[in-house]
Amino acid sequence: MNPAATSWAFEAQDLERLDALLGAFLDGSQARCALLLDRTGRLLTAAGDDAGFDRVSFASLAAADFGASDQLARLLGEREFRSLYHQGENGSMYLVDVAGHAILAALFDARTTLGRVRLKTKAVVPEFASLFAQIAARDRTVGARLEAGWLTEVEDEIDRLFAE
Amino acid sequence: MSMINYASREINCKIVYYGPGLCGKTTNLEYVYNKVRPETRGKLISLATETERTLFFDFLPVDLGSIRGFNTRFHLYTVPGQVYYNASRRLILKGVDGVVFVADSQAERMDANYASMQNLYENLAEYGYDPRTLPMVIQYNKRDLANAVNLGELRAQLNPDSLADFEAVATKGMGVFDTLKAVSKLVIKSLG
Ligand SMILES: Nc1nc2c(ncn2[C@@H]2O[C@H](COP(=O)(O)OP(=O)(O)OP(=O)(O)O)[C@@H](O)[C@H]2O)c(=O)[nH]1
Ligand SMILES: [Mg+2]
Repeated sequence: MNPAATSWAFEAQDLERLDALLGAFLDGSQARCALLLDRTGRLLTAAGDDAGFDRVSFASLAAADFGASDQLARLLGEREFRSLYHQGENGSMYLVDVAGHAILAALFDARTTLGRVRLKTKAVVPEFASLFAQIAARDRTVGARLEAGWLTEVEDEIDRLFAE
Repeated sequence: MSMINYASREINCKIVYYGPGLCGKTTNLEYVYNKVRPETRGKLISLATETERTLFFDFLPVDLGSIRGFNTRFHLYTVPGQVYYNASRRLILKGVDGVVFVADSQAERMDANYASMQNLYENLAEYGYDPRTLPMVIQYNKRDLANAVNLGELRAQLNPDSLADFEAVATKGMGVFDTLKAVSKLVIKSLG
């Protein structure tokens, strides 16, 4: 596995395109909220009404949940579980893999159905996947565009923040 | 590895605390959570057993704030140290930018320290990471205990490459921030 596959540099236009896809998915699926996270648990973007829950925690837990399921699949001789579904009393959650790069999470309630959400993810996942493939193919060196002096200032802030 | 978002101007780095069972990884994160300015950190999430052993991971996001237009955030994770949980441990290493290896200074834990370090290298290798270039620091924890091995011996056993290393008493906070400062600076430098 290539470690660089978990390193990303997103441009403004990447986010615009991810957001546009996510928005269209939300409309089509009638999900309450949709989030896009990477496989290491970082939130990339979100759309819809998230009812104020902690998105950073959500991303970390959902990626771990998905990663664990993936390993379970392998244990059972499946190549992978491509999706994960959790049903709640008032709301449900459907997670689907985006070509190993990301996870699309849809939170939905009785206004729609799992069938509809699943159908719409099937349609949108290839589009996300091709976008991620383009982003991944580009130069991802981070430092190049950080201003001179940035590093020293960050180091100073680290000293201030992590002090008794 | 790291994620930089030029649209929202965010930089995101993942730091993993690794080490044998009961060496004090969770205690490190709890101390950071309790001592860092509340507005700079998110929730501490702990997936643990009834007996407070880490089952999957602990997670704590810490935010450095905006510097020259970029918001830098560290995601701190611990792994479960018990040998048995290797599958979970490997999962948490995915996308790691920096490692804190927490060793237990007690004489009877020396074999466990060594085994855990070998296990770290094996798991890193599975992802294709090169342990020699990955930012890493070592913490010798539990320096307060009477059966603690002396520093020279710990270094000889666990730090042949002379990485930055720190003595700690995580329960009292001693060495916890020094360790975190060192690894986060290494990680930031590695972005460039
Ligand atoms: N005396 C002493 N005890 C410590 C120190 N650091 C941690 N402990 C204790 O060691 C025990 C285990 O600490 P944890 O932080 O849960 O250990 P861990 O590495 O997260 O363990 P796992 O989750 O099983 O991998 C707890 O009872 C801590 O209070 C230390 O510096 N000195
Ligand atoms: Mg623990």
